[in-house]
Amino acid sequence: MAADASMAPPMTPAPGSGRASTLQRLARRRSSIAVLMTTPLLVVLLGLVAYPAGYGIYLSTLNRRMTGFMEAEWLPNGLGNFEILFESETFWAVALQSCIFAITAVILKALIGFWLAHMLNDIPAKGQRKWRGMLLIPWVIPPALSTLGWWWMFDPSYSSINWLFQVVGIAEVPWLGEKWWARLSIIIVNVWYGAPFFMIMYLAALKSVPEQLYEAAAIDGASSWQRLRYVTLPMMANIISITVLFSLIVTFSNYDIVRVLTNGGPRDLTHVFASYAFQVGILSGNIPRGAAVSLFMFPILAICAFFVLRGVTRRNKEQM
Amino acid sequence: MAQVSLRKIVKAYEGGVQAVKGIDLEIADHEFVVLVGPSGCGKSTTLRMIAGLEEITSGDIAIGGTLVNDIPPRDRDIAMVFQNYALYPHMSVYDNMAFGLMLRKFPKAEIDRRVKEAARILDITPLLERKPKALSGGQRQRVAMGRAIVRDPKVFLFDEPLSNLDAKLRVQMRTEIKKVHQTVNTTTVYVTHDQVEAMTLADRVVVMNHGIIEQVGPPQELYHHPATKFVAGFIGSPSMNFIPARLEQASGALRLHLPHDIVLNVPAARTALYQPHAGKDVLFGIRPEHLTDDKATDKANTAPITLKPDVIEPMGMETLVHFKLNGTEVSARLDPATPAAVGAPLSLIAHMDQMHLIDPTTDKVL
Repeated sequence: MAADASMAPPMTPAPGSGRASTLQRLARRRSSIAVLMTTPLLVVLLGLVAYPAGYGIYLSTLNRRMTGFMEAEWLPNGLGNFEILFESETFWAVALQSCIFAITAVILKALIGFWLAHMLNDIPAKGQRKWRGMLLIPWVIPPALSTLGWWWMFDPSYSSINWLFQVVGIAEVPWLGEKWWARLSIIIVNVWYGAPFFMIMYLAALKSVPEQLYEAAAIDGASSWQRLRYVTLPMMANIISITVLFSLIVTFSNYDIVRVLTNGGPRDLTHVFASYAFQVGILSGNIPRGAAVSLFMFPILAICAFFVLRGVTRRNKEQM
Repeated sequence: MAQVSLRKIVKAYEGGVQAVKGIDLEIADHEFVVLVGPSGCGKSTTLRMIAGLEEITSGDIAIGGTLVNDIPPRDRDIAMVFQNYALYPHMSVYDNMAFGLMLRKFPKAEIDRRVKEAARILDITPLLERKPKALSGGQRQRVAMGRAIVRDPKVFLFDEPLSNLDAKLRVQMRTEIKKVHQTVNTTTVYVTHDQVEAMTLADRVVVMNHGIIEQVGPPQELYHHPATKFVAGFIGSPSMNFIPARLEQASGALRLHLPHDIVLNVPAARTALYQPHAGKDVLFGIRPEHLTDDKATDKANTAPITLKPDVIEPMGMETLVHFKLNGTEVSARLDPATPAAVGAPLSLIAHMDQMHLIDPTTDKVL
């Protein structure tokens, strides 16, 4: 025993080593490293997301001159801006237009993106890159620029689309002058810009579906439609949900297309939350009410995000 | 009626590479046929062509007497078990098994009866509500088999179904597959690279190499009467020893002259067969189990050899010893009680009635 004890390493710590070892232990802990690594991102998120969001909420409670809280009749004081918005017909028209625009555009983008992804997936690998590159062009051009191009094509006097219509004998269309045509124009431009994003996401998802599942389904007796229905769609469900959610958020808060194409017109009927918030807050100089308008997007998107992410988590638990 | 006929089947890929080079094979109704061979020999391609997952470049495939060359997989009435199971991850075990029947519009009660019956056969009834994620490899394999069984197809196709399992489970599942075949008795084509699986499962084994069939026959026939050097070496574990030798004439009898001046007498029963090759260089083929210690009581048709082991591998029930004979690796199987030491001379006997002679120019067994 004595011999064993004499061979054991000395147990007394060297002077000053206590602090060093505590630091080392702290550095070695996975959680400390995780906090350290995420700090820069957290700082950015706090500065660029949390602070503006909090400040936005604060602004929405102020009166027009921003000298105090906005008084209200039937809501608690400070929520007067919301009360006025609830009673404003224009605001409800904007809310409706935002929903029509976002839902229609997202559905169309999802469908077109899905179709394009399938077409691309069926092209042999050699030619696929070329097509993929070309189809991604709308998504990589800054939308403010490409929307200008579309604006020119929709222009009442010089519309190249109308010129084409004339050539084939179709009546001219008042693209930006009539309510529903203007709404459609905005959706067309948004779909043109956003569909490639869906395409590239769906293409990645399609490529990740194991080929043997299709083979098993083919042997089980599935037609190509049934393979899509029972294999492709469930296997892509998570990517579809996340992409739709992401696109819904971006589309709902879209500003540039409406601003460049119609500027909310005719008669404020193509405004979405973001462009209306800009008009009320900046152009009309009522910053608190503008902030209140923009805050309306939050509960709608939060509910969507909750249901979509819940589905994703459930599927992940079951399948992964 | 579910025999499978392959006639002059060729599969060529772009660039002219031929994976399968014109094979003919007749598989009888209820038969369990195993296609075995090394990677790239064309066995999986052949199976996939039977399934309809690969197009045939030329030739004909008939299932149950019907030519199926241009019939899609769904209409061939086959079921396939894949190497990585290919279970639908979003469906429960029950739905995975019921899927094929549901697509074929079977009544719900019939689907339920079949799924439960298959689950009972495979002992997976408690797993029916689970998702594949919650199953072990062996359980997934059973579900994949269940999916095939419920369909009651004309032919089962298995594409290396056990290669993703660990060694112990593989042996267990091998037995299960054999039991299932004995119960359902459906014509089965099974692909594996593992010759032990092939030997234990098959009614007939088809040994493939470089896109051609080397030999077709029952496992014992392939073991005892291989047609080519490839089959002789591929079937049996450890594989057969091939020792360069010279077949010599000696006063009416034949004998083999091996390196290190080892001389072995050829049994009289083989003299007539080998006589035309007297005086030629041959390959002497003998399995490790036929090169044993000299304790055997019956020493008829045996020849003594003394060698010095390089490596000794005690396996428990037997001991494998490895030698070098003029640069050629040779293995022998010993009784575990036989004392053997590396470098010490060891007396062995070769069971010459189990010997094979191979023509080194054609690689055919004489």
